[in-house]
Amino acid sequence: MSNRSTAANHAPAARVRIEQVDLSYGDNHVLKSINLEIRPGEFFAFLGPSGCGKTTLLRLIAGFNHADSGRVLVGEKDISGLPPWKRDIGMVFQSYALWPHMTVARNVAFGLEEKRVPRAEIGPRVAAALDLVGLTGLDQRRPAQLSGGQQQRVALARTIAVEPKLLLLDEPLSNLDAKLRVQVRRELRELQQRLGLTTIFVTHDQEEANTVCDRIAVMNHGVIQQVGTPKDLYEQPANLFVANFLGTANIIEGRLAGDGASRAFEVAGGPKIPIAADRNVAPGARMVFRPQDCTILAAGEFSAPDRTAAAGTVTYREFLGASVRYGVRTGSAEIAVDCPFHAGDTLHEVGTAVTIAIATSAVRFLSD
Amino acid sequence: MGGPHVSLALAAPRARARRTATPGQITLALGIAAFLALFLVWPAATVIYVAFTERGGGAFTLVNFVDFFRTDLFLRSFWNSFYVSAMAVAGASILALPLAYITSRFAFRGTVLIQTLGFLPLIMPPFVGAVAMQLFFGRNGSANLLLDDWFGFKIAFMEGLNGVIFVQSIHYFPFILINLSAALRNIDGAMEEAAQNLGSSGFRLFRRIVFPLAMPGYIAGASLVFVKVFDDLATPLLLNVKDMLAPQAYLRVTSIGIADPMGYVISVVLIVASVAAMALSALATRGIDYSTVQRGGGGLARRRLRPYESALAYLTVALILLLVLAPHVGLLLLSFSTVWSFSPLPDGYTTAHYARIFGDSSLYIKNTLIYASMAGLIDVVLGTAIAYLVLRTRLIGRDALDWAASAALAVPGIVLGIGYLRAFYGVKLWDGTPLAALWIVIVLALAIRRLPYALRACYAALQQISVSLEEAAENLGATKLRTVRRIVTPLMMGGILAGFVTSFATAAVELSATLMLVQSNSDAPLAYGLYVLMQSAAGRGPGAALGVIAVVLVAVCTILSHAVIERGRAMPPAGH
Repeated sequence: MSNRSTAANHAPAARVRIEQVDLSYGDNHVLKSINLEIRPGEFFAFLGPSGCGKTTLLRLIAGFNHADSGRVLVGEKDISGLPPWKRDIGMVFQSYALWPHMTVARNVAFGLEEKRVPRAEIGPRVAAALDLVGLTGLDQRRPAQLSGGQQQRVALARTIAVEPKLLLLDEPLSNLDAKLRVQVRRELRELQQRLGLTTIFVTHDQEEANTVCDRIAVMNHGVIQQVGTPKDLYEQPANLFVANFLGTANIIEGRLAGDGASRAFEVAGGPKIPIAADRNVAPGARMVFRPQDCTILAAGEFSAPDRTAAAGTVTYREFLGASVRYGVRTGSAEIAVDCPFHAGDTLHEVGTAVTIAIATSAVRFLSD
Repeated sequence: MGGPHVSLALAAPRARARRTATPGQITLALGIAAFLALFLVWPAATVIYVAFTERGGGAFTLVNFVDFFRTDLFLRSFWNSFYVSAMAVAGASILALPLAYITSRFAFRGTVLIQTLGFLPLIMPPFVGAVAMQLFFGRNGSANLLLDDWFGFKIAFMEGLNGVIFVQSIHYFPFILINLSAALRNIDGAMEEAAQNLGSSGFRLFRRIVFPLAMPGYIAGASLVFVKVFDDLATPLLLNVKDMLAPQAYLRVTSIGIADPMGYVISVVLIVASVAAMALSALATRGIDYSTVQRGGGGLARRRLRPYESALAYLTVALILLLVLAPHVGLLLLSFSTVWSFSPLPDGYTTAHYARIFGDSSLYIKNTLIYASMAGLIDVVLGTAIAYLVLRTRLIGRDALDWAASAALAVPGIVLGIGYLRAFYGVKLWDGTPLAALWIVIVLALAIRRLPYALRACYAALQQISVSLEEAAENLGATKLRTVRRIVTPLMMGGILAGFVTSFATAAVELSATLMLVQSNSDAPLAYGLYVLMQSAAGRGPGAALGVIAVVLVAVCTILSHAVIERGRAMPPAGH
């Protein structure tokens, strides 16, 4: 995309507030009491598995779905009752939705014409938008003559040209091949920063959300599970769903034993994780930690004081290059352990007895 | 041939909106409903009402039906209509099955030829073909004269009901061929390979696996042929076969009068037969319509023909082609002949018939162009509007619109004609002329008759447009109306055009409804003129010339609509 600054003068970025939104289709409760605030200029993601309600929520903001109750505010204005064409919210569709009977230039000019922009202004603004996405010179092509990546940029230019208050992106990278996806998401981030436009990005891919977005709302079953920065969500997941959905996590059942200073989380026949006295652990909670927060001790090596050791047997081994993932059975649990790999390291064989050491402070106790 | 099954997938949950419809959409729907009520439901209901009421009085009675079933003539007509339709289905199947088998099973170079065969008969109205077939296959037609000369016997191809069966089989076999071929194309090649893997091959494989899978296509085609033949008025009339149901209804109404209840009773019988045949075919195909093509699965494998098989295939195709071309050739010869009687070929040739047609009979052509294009226009406007309301809104009762428009399929042309006469004769204009006497009524009848077909074309066109194309327009500030104008209509244009051309071409040669409604010769369309001319020996030459013009008109339109559809296919899919 072009490095030149945009010709468009965007209005100051808008704040978005979603208040108590509920939506059902018959018995199917698709959105449940959604409350969210998206800050001006923020790049925000709705992340979740398919069917979690993220696209429904996005389309509700755009005006294609209607909430049973609750409201949506952009800036200070309640837009819940407005039809899509009066909302001033730009949306890039997953399929791009380029009109096949119009040239690229006509596609981009469409919104300006509908908003009754003076004829003399339309040409320059179309050119500026196409320049912004690096498509100068392709304005007389038909959408079918463009590659997938180019089509995606036209869709973006078409939306940006009308200078919306808010930009919605519905899985914009899902129709691109893997390599292009990485490049385009970086460009998207740059463009968003340059325009300072409040942007909502819908995706089911945690890597996409993590790399481009300031904050993420993780959704499941129509409920927002947690809102936070990618780092927060990874380090401090609020519940088992978030822990499991973002990255790999060991989620292990066990029971609370003892009390006071000797309180611990016991895995039958496996590790006993001591719990600090001031820590609150809900009954029925499970122990959660990442594979890299655990190591396999070399023969004769002793566990450090901030770690909890346990004896186990290697059940599987996956060589990943930068690291090796082992499965280690210890008592009733099978634990995934990531060990960094350096040239010359010898690997543990499946079936051998090993000792693992879990970083005690990295362990969290979470419920559903 | 699509039934009214398209209304299904309409509102995926995403299209759900709190408001059911805009005031504009409601007004549009009410307008269409009023039109259908006035020009389809009311005339059809009138026919049924009259059939069930006492003559002169308004009391409900079954006495008319009792009369119907007590009259030998009507019972014979009923039986004859049934017999002719069933035999026509058999005849059409005999022509269509080998052709479908050859194209689907073998790598056959004559496939293009067969595809041409598939639409050649349809461009000529069957009653026009009937006259030409008399000349070739009649008692003193070319074929029988030659047979008599060489072998000393004649075959009664065209005697009585045989003639109707013969002409209708040749005219309607493409319906079976097209449906059956489409069904065969849609069979997953893996089905066949699995059977081969288990030891089945050749004709057994075709009979046990391929044909059962293609059965729904065959039944759809066959039921269509049955209904079309059962309802056809003009072909038996022209062949002078009067003891069939449709001619009886026509004769009762035209000779005894509009008040005679028997015409209405026969109409009800015709409607019931049409609906029953369609319902039976739907019932028969329920549960056996497998549509086996999987994603990425190929069609049936085609085997290369051995030389003798190839020769056999070509011979079959050539024979059928000869038969199919006979009406066309006959008509062309007749249109240029001075006298053609008791001889295999005409005695002399002239262009005088064309001069006469383009002279004093050009009015027929002008009327046809006006009526058919107006009917086509009404059809695509209604078709587009109904398709939009059904597929894109959540208007309550939108399916009823679709259903009503498609119901026209169940109303035979003659019944609609009788209904219009009865319903609109009482409606007088300011100067006292009855509404039924106006030419515009012919246009409306044609439009209603062709609406189901145009509607299917519009549905198909709109279904190919991804909803997100419209949402993108709304998102950029276009209202519903502007979106329809700038996005939906241009993208549907190919389908709309194809719908228009189909409506136009078929309306141009429609006779059964118009035969009832033409009040003066100056209002008559081409098909009516043809019918009148063909009645007399002297009119046959000019009639044939007019027939050739009709065939050319329909052929040009058919090619045009194919071209439009092909161009639409060549265009990239409208974004998914």
